[in-house]
Amino acid sequence: MDPRRPPRTVPDPKVRHVGFFAPGADAPPPPDRSNSAPPDPLSSSPPAAAHLTPPGTSISPVMIPPPRHSAAPLSPRRRDSFIVGSYSGKRFLDVGSPTASTASATDDWALPTSADSAWVGDTVGAGASSLPPVGSAAMIAKGLASSVPATAGLTAVSNVHRSAGVSGKPSGAASKVQGDKPKQSKPLKEKTTKAERRALQEAQRAAKAAAKAGVGGKASVHMSEVVLASDVESVEVPKAHFQRNDIAAVNEKKVIDRQLEKDRKKDVPQPRMQYDDKSRVEKAKKRAVLKQTEARNRVELFRHLPQYERGTLLPDLQSRFFQLDPVHPAISKVGFQYLSGDISGSNARCIAMLQAIREAIIDYSVPPGKALVRDLTSKIGSYVSFLIECRPLSISMGNAIRYLKNRIAKLPLTLSESEAKATVVADIDRFIHDKIILADKMIVKHAVTKIRDGDVLLTYGSSSVVEMILLHAHELGKQFRVVVVDSRPKLEGQLLLRKLVGKGLSCTYTHINAISYIMHEVSRVFLGASSVLSNGTVYSRVGTACVAMVAHTFHVPVMVCCETYKFHERVQLDSICSNELGDPDVICKVRGRDEINFLDGWTNGNNLQLLNLIYDATPSDYVSMIITDYGMVPPTSVPVIVREYRKEQLWI
Amino acid sequence: MPDVQALVNEFLNKLKKRKIEGSQATAKQTAELLRSVISQQRVPRTNQAGALIDAVRAIGEQLIVANPIELAVGNIVRRVLHIIREEDLSLTTAAVAELNLSTVSDDDDDGGGGDQDDRPVLSAAAVAAAARNTLRPPSLQMLLEGAPDFVAVPRSSSSGGDSEGKSKSMDRNSRTRKLKHDIIEAVNELIQDITTCHELIAEQAVEHIHQNEVILTLGSSKTVLEFLCAAKEKKRSFRVFVAEGAPRYQGHLLAKELVARGLQTTLITDSAVFAMISRVNMVIVGSHAVMANGGVIAPVGMNMVALAAQKHAVPFVVLAGSHKLCPLYPHNPEVLLNELRSPSELLDFGEFSDCLDFGSGDGSPLLHVVNPTFDYVPPKAVSLFITDTGGHNPSYMYRLIADYYSADDLVVQRRHAAGN
Repeated sequence: MDPRRPPRTVPDPKVRHVGFFAPGADAPPPPDRSNSAPPDPLSSSPPAAAHLTPPGTSISPVMIPPPRHSAAPLSPRRRDSFIVGSYSGKRFLDVGSPTASTASATDDWALPTSADSAWVGDTVGAGASSLPPVGSAAMIAKGLASSVPATAGLTAVSNVHRSAGVSGKPSGAASKVQGDKPKQSKPLKEKTTKAERRALQEAQRAAKAAAKAGVGGKASVHMSEVVLASDVESVEVPKAHFQRNDIAAVNEKKVIDRQLEKDRKKDVPQPRMQYDDKSRVEKAKKRAVLKQTEARNRVELFRHLPQYERGTLLPDLQSRFFQLDPVHPAISKVGFQYLSGDISGSNARCIAMLQAIREAIIDYSVPPGKALVRDLTSKIGSYVSFLIECRPLSISMGNAIRYLKNRIAKLPLTLSESEAKATVVADIDRFIHDKIILADKMIVKHAVTKIRDGDVLLTYGSSSVVEMILLHAHELGKQFRVVVVDSRPKLEGQLLLRKLVGKGLSCTYTHINAISYIMHEVSRVFLGASSVLSNGTVYSRVGTACVAMVAHTFHVPVMVCCETYKFHERVQLDSICSNELGDPDVICKVRGRDEINFLDGWTNGNNLQLLNLIYDATPSDYVSMIITDYGMVPPTSVPVIVREYRKEQLWI
Repeated sequence: MPDVQALVNEFLNKLKKRKIEGSQATAKQTAELLRSVISQQRVPRTNQAGALIDAVRAIGEQLIVANPIELAVGNIVRRVLHIIREEDLSLTTAAVAELNLSTVSDDDDDGGGGDQDDRPVLSAAAVAAAARNTLRPPSLQMLLEGAPDFVAVPRSSSSGGDSEGKSKSMDRNSRTRKLKHDIIEAVNELIQDITTCHELIAEQAVEHIHQNEVILTLGSSKTVLEFLCAAKEKKRSFRVFVAEGAPRYQGHLLAKELVARGLQTTLITDSAVFAMISRVNMVIVGSHAVMANGGVIAPVGMNMVALAAQKHAVPFVVLAGSHKLCPLYPHNPEVLLNELRSPSELLDFGEFSDCLDFGSGDGSPLLHVVNPTFDYVPPKAVSLFITDTGGHNPSYMYRLIADYYSADDLVVQRRHAAGN
């Protein structure tokens, strides 16, 4: 509230852009502006703002200018500073800018609250369904804006109150702002005042903050907040009157918004099951199809991950094969294969799962008295949880499931059962074809351009797409050598080695410990990935990080080949928080080396733990390039692709 | 003499066939062999030390050639040579001092007559100072006086002979016996040192390991085992991650030993090192040899661990007994100080026999298998060396090494190459 302070809110580039390019458009000041000089927050400025936006220019509640409760009397110095800081300061000077300065004052007032506005928004949003006070607040809005549904009204209300555009839905607000932005840019350009633009900025900023904070935040409802909200609401009533016309127009859009909002919410990755949460584990056990016994010597660091005895699982499943009622045979077959390790590699696993689900859907029929959409979704949910019991889903499979559920949810209600099934089956086929098979082809096409004659290419483990790249490059007649680096316990590299040597490629085989010995002669490193997270972290077979690190140290470019369907908006910094643990027993037995039996009989002791990590996280620093079906991008572009891809997937 | 030759040949065979595992065992056996060589060696009246040095050197050459990768052999040969020189020097110094004392009145003549050939007149003090100069850091007095360092160098064998020549004949028998005796005593001490270096290193464990520490190690090393157990015995409780150390999987062995002694041990694959290093407080590893620049020759995979530790700012501590300190500076150690082991440790020959065939196609096989034994860890990746004389920085290793070796012996094979 220091009047000397220049406006702290740096205009959002986009908004600034608008103001800069169309200075003339918003030059004519509204006639009632100067009249509203007495700082009466209830009647003067909000009406002015509302009046400005002509009816029909679909304006979202986020754009409504903030309430001017604290409209402080003007001080000339303050105005000066404002002029300095703003592009269109001249205009405000002409007008004498009472509203402008009040607006900036409120902005300044709003800023300190924007920090807590995040959780305020949360509480309001979370309380939406359960709390009468908010409901009543919404009711008022509803009553005024005749046909606005309650929830939309609520978001509108909360936006209005908090002046910083805090919306009820933490993530919804962000999406709404984003979604609205393009459409609003035009009216903005022409009709909005400085104050409104600022309000919008504030709204966006706060919404972002809310979205950020809201992801993990558990909304504990504070009555005081709610009361505050409803108080402000009653104050704001007149303004809503003015808006009535707009709201009618906005109405339609809001419905879409809400839909979008819901989708967004679905998109936010759900918190993963933490296996050190005893009550949840108990619950999960009750539902479980398989009987899982916990491993004896669990590694302390990984208590949050499932650590079960492997040995008993497969026989158990086999013995109860015919009792697995809820599970389709195709699904249980895939489950077997996961369990026994017959299918590995995230593409193969994903395709196998989708095809099993496809078969299950073909054989599916809607039980009487149930809706296809709901029943099928829950059916798929149960299949997936069965598969998870066999082996935790990879991130790519999670994405595929999400896609599938999304498609099912979007099925038009008018379709008959067979049509609906055909649509879903076609969707699955399309996903497999477009997102996996075609994507791999594109990656191969891109990656081959990076292989030159005389190169020595290093790869780690066995990645299906890297194998395709190498074979394709060989078919093109490029002269190169391949170094296959392998590691225990899976020794997948040997499979790759066999295939490559079978096709006549010259190969060198070594184990991961010798990586710094062999790296001297390597000119490129190609790695596969299980997933790429939105902070650029490559989540892949354990050991990938080591290879990438050593390559980075030796200044060898590291290229990660990954289809975009494996991208995920989750972020991760280490390999501990989220990972998968394999069968610990394979650690102490070395295949083909019977003389290594030091630990026979020692595994039952309390002090020895065997850790078989499946994945690790490679920091993005070590990755020179990610080769995707959309092209070759730096790791920093992953979030962009995630966003675009998400949108595409949702809006198909 | 023949029985010594038989011993030498047997040891050579063992070295060539890589029958001796571990640098400690090699060092100990080398020292024992050299001890018997010295005791069997018949020494001439004059220039005893020179004769001993020649004998040890000749055998040392053979030993080094038999297994150039096992640097401990060369280290011990050099140390024995150094011991001979040192003992000889101390005897000489004593003799000169005695001489000086007995002929206080005309020390000028006597001194001049004694060192007439190639050296300027040296007082006993100067000889002693020069002798000290080779062994210890220069004193301030030395630096100020600017005493010629080079004087100390050519003194080795000739000085022994000269002083021998000039000393009284009645001393001779006792002195010849005394020299050999002293040398053997010193070699025995060396063997003792090699045997007990674990304990000396392990004694320092409590200074470096605190409660609830998480320690990562790779492969197996007796020194590391003793080190960790010493900390355990001092009631420190900590956890150890053991990377198994493919392709020898010595980590399994270490894990077993640690578990047997009641330590919380987690065995991980080598590939999981990077994933786990972020939760590790300290990396403690053994080594194969420590070079004069502070670089470490260590079991394969160590460089990966060192890099990961460096990236995560985890201290990388190397334990090394003094017999592992090698006075040479490495050049291209990844290749020159490395050894490729059998591919059968990585690939099943039966499974891949068709690919490994040299006869097919144009003569070169499609498949190569690389299985190196050692890794070179550059000095900048090492945080600390813990030797039996305490903890040292990598940059200090050259100085530590200078204490153990004389500059003349750094190249044992020089004469051999010249002779051929």
